[in-house]
Amino acid sequence: MITIEHITKKFKKLHALDDVSAAFRKGQVVSLVGPNGSGKTTLIKSILGIVQPDAGQIYFNSKPIQSEVAYRDKIGYMPQIGRYPDNMTIGQVISMIKNIRNHGTRKLDEELIEQYGMHALMEKNMRSLSGGTRQKVSAVLAFLFDPEVLILDEPTAGLDPLASEILKEKIMREKEKGKLILITSHILADLDELTTDVMYLQDGKLRLYQSIGKLKELTGEERLGRAIASVMKSGYVQPTEQSGAIVKSMEVRYA
Amino acid sequence: MKVLLTILFFALGIQAQSRTLTVGKGQQYAIIRQAVAAAAAGDTVLVKNGLYYINNIVVTKPLTIIGEGWPLLHGDDKYEIFTLSGDRITVKGFQFTNSGYSAMNDYAAIKVIDATNVTIEGNRFFKTYFGVHVANTRHSTVRGNYFFGLTKTENTTGNGIHLWKCNNMLVEGNEVHGHRDGIYFEFVSHSLIRKNKSEGNLRYGLHFMFSNDDTYISNTFQNNGAGVAVMYSKKVTMLHNRFINNWGPAAYGLLLKDINDSRIEGNRFFKNTVGILMEGTSRIQATSNSFEENGWAAKVSASCMDNAFNRNNFHRNTFDISTNGSLVLNDFNQNYWDKYEGYDRNRDGVGDVPYHPVSMYAAIIETNPNALMLLRSFMVALLEKAEKALPSLTPENLRDERPLLKALKL
Amino acid sequence: MLKLSRYVLHDILRSKVVIAYTLFLLAVAVTLFRMEDNTSKAVMSLTNIVLIVVPLVSMVFATIHYYNSYEFIELMLSQPVSRSRILMSEYFGTAFSMATAFLAGVGIPVLLFQPDAVGMALLLTGVLLTFIFTSLAFLASVLARDKARGIGIALMLWFYFALIYDGLVLSILFAFSDYPLESLTLALSSLNPVDLGRIFLMLKMDISALMGYTGATYKDFFGSSVGALYTIGIMVVWAIIPMLLAVRVFKKKDL
Repeated sequence: MITIEHITKKFKKLHALDDVSAAFRKGQVVSLVGPNGSGKTTLIKSILGIVQPDAGQIYFNSKPIQSEVAYRDKIGYMPQIGRYPDNMTIGQVISMIKNIRNHGTRKLDEELIEQYGMHALMEKNMRSLSGGTRQKVSAVLAFLFDPEVLILDEPTAGLDPLASEILKEKIMREKEKGKLILITSHILADLDELTTDVMYLQDGKLRLYQSIGKLKELTGEERLGRAIASVMKSGYVQPTEQSGAIVKSMEVRYA
Repeated sequence: MKVLLTILFFALGIQAQSRTLTVGKGQQYAIIRQAVAAAAAGDTVLVKNGLYYINNIVVTKPLTIIGEGWPLLHGDDKYEIFTLSGDRITVKGFQFTNSGYSAMNDYAAIKVIDATNVTIEGNRFFKTYFGVHVANTRHSTVRGNYFFGLTKTENTTGNGIHLWKCNNMLVEGNEVHGHRDGIYFEFVSHSLIRKNKSEGNLRYGLHFMFSNDDTYISNTFQNNGAGVAVMYSKKVTMLHNRFINNWGPAAYGLLLKDINDSRIEGNRFFKNTVGILMEGTSRIQATSNSFEENGWAAKVSASCMDNAFNRNNFHRNTFDISTNGSLVLNDFNQNYWDKYEGYDRNRDGVGDVPYHPVSMYAAIIETNPNALMLLRSFMVALLEKAEKALPSLTPENLRDERPLLKALKL
Repeated sequence: MLKLSRYVLHDILRSKVVIAYTLFLLAVAVTLFRMEDNTSKAVMSLTNIVLIVVPLVSMVFATIHYYNSYEFIELMLSQPVSRSRILMSEYFGTAFSMATAFLAGVGIPVLLFQPDAVGMALLLTGVLLTFIFTSLAFLASVLARDKARGIGIALMLWFYFALIYDGLVLSILFAFSDYPLESLTLALSSLNPVDLGRIFLMLKMDISALMGYTGATYKDFFGSSVGALYTIGIMVVWAIIPMLLAVRVFKKKDL
């Protein structure tokens, strides 16, 4: 569904992305993990066209994303920090995005609005909202149009445990619908039950991109967090550019 | 005794029964020349409506020549139409057109030479070279005529009303358009120009030279190429005239050159490039005039002295006064200046600090006219403020010591 | 485009800065008209406001607004909306709200006290300058890396156009006062939108003096409608070109 080919992005001297290639398919829930500044957000923003790569190409349904903006209609994006026009109310922001996406006919997914009790908050000014409530707004907007692809950048950061749980359940349900979901999170425990694949970035390089089963099998760890920690310690480098390729030599290199 | 004689003279005249000779199709006379030749002194020649081609009819006896129903006198582009000379001649009610043009002679529709008591009244002049050309004449009147000239170049168009070496003349209620000069006075004294309208002439609305003791009142001079010029004269009285819309690098509402002992009172100068330009003038009283929306209300050159501007209104002029010297020989007092920013603490209607009518930028533009383009810029405003604090470019002594806070009712 | 602009406009019009700007202009204009017994003097003072304050406030406000809208722009970028549309919407939203504030603050008093040709010229100049300096502010903003730099560039541009430029022109006019400078003077004015606005106003307020210029170029320029059309035309160009450049830069920018 999304294909990334040799993406490179430099900010000044920092290599945010260094020749990254990968492919994402329907039904995958890919966890983007890696230390701070490893290029996770840059990768997401590249896919969204917010960051323009220096080299390489990104395809959405086989079409290069520079050619048009319509592909974003199929993506729901929840940013790390969602900030909105100060003087608008939640209701206005939601109706604005509805208006821009202009889908009078498509059925809207208002599940999160219900579950977060947003209806009561519609008249509230964005300025007066807490960080958590803003995150809820971001979540609502990401899921609202029932998109084929969900890109969630630190979705649970700033959410209270209850809201966080609601969101995770929502992601689960979307996963079951067979959507492609990309998630970054520092809290690996959050991802444990959701993830089908893990992509590990470090210093802008793709270090690992494996299905969760394969990863656990290779590292012998049951928990995602530990599995990744093992990889980090090993200095392992994905030997082929082919996404999801089976890595046979893992054990050899794995100290 | 003299009075009695005069009455007797007139009584006899009436007894002699002045006749009326009628000219026109199917009338007593077919052409005007015959009627004029046949008429005796004091007779009336009545010309009926029609088109008459005329090659200079010379009138030398006292006659009243009247047109009825606007007969059209045509000069065939070659000839003058009337030449009047002598005493008590009246021409009234005609339309004149296509009088001749000559580069050598001042051809006119009506030429008046060596005459007295001539009246030219209520005629219309179209496409004439000179309209009415008067020379060596006294006690005569040009009244209520309408002129529309050739509107060609300055050299190929003559003046509407041209007076040369005359005295005790009355030019009243005429309207002149499209001539070189609307009204031209040279060596004309003790005369009155009143209620005329001179508009859209190529050079001056009024061109006035070497003419002393004259008065012009309630005239309107508008949209003329160079405005009005009054030059080399003494004791000229200018009252209640309007000088409007005279635009151009050499256009002036009123150009005064070498004028002495004159009065300028109650005039309105509106939207002229320069309201009044004074060169070499002295002892002029400019009082109760209104200067509005002119580029420069007045430019007073350094060669002027003892002139006084008192109780005038200055409104919305780009510059009030400009001068090319340090000019302190003229007096400005109790005028209303809309740019005045002083105060009146004792509330007597007179500002407590003097007004300097020459702005710094007006002084700069005197030396570099192109700089006008930067007028009203922030930078110029700052320069003006600096100059106000520390005057260096503007003549410090040129000031109105008693500027008025409220505009005068004029 | 309009759809988005509407939200930007709505957002800005409710911000306190715009309300303060409107009230400031209204207070100044009404005070000037009430204080001076002849309205022409008030108009002269208003001219300075239009030529100095309007560019300054437009620029600073637009720059600050751009940086404050950063997250909003980011939100929009993740939606199926093209970049040029986003920036143009921001531009029109900002320019329209500033123009509206100007028309409310200066326009109403002018219509009440001085509804003549000069008053109308003043309003047109103010609106054009608002659009021009908002456009310049957007260019400065997309070029600058951060808010402080952006505002710095904006202030410098304002200072340059409002003051320094005229000083340079004046020194050129004096240095070359022996040469015929008609066309040069007009050309130099075209390089500064504030000068163009000023000349447009002078065509209404000082035409008598301007007609005193010798030279055919000036006569043709001032003596007909050519001058007014020219100044307005070039001012429109001044609004369009920086914005086109801004869009070009913005399209390649990482956000």
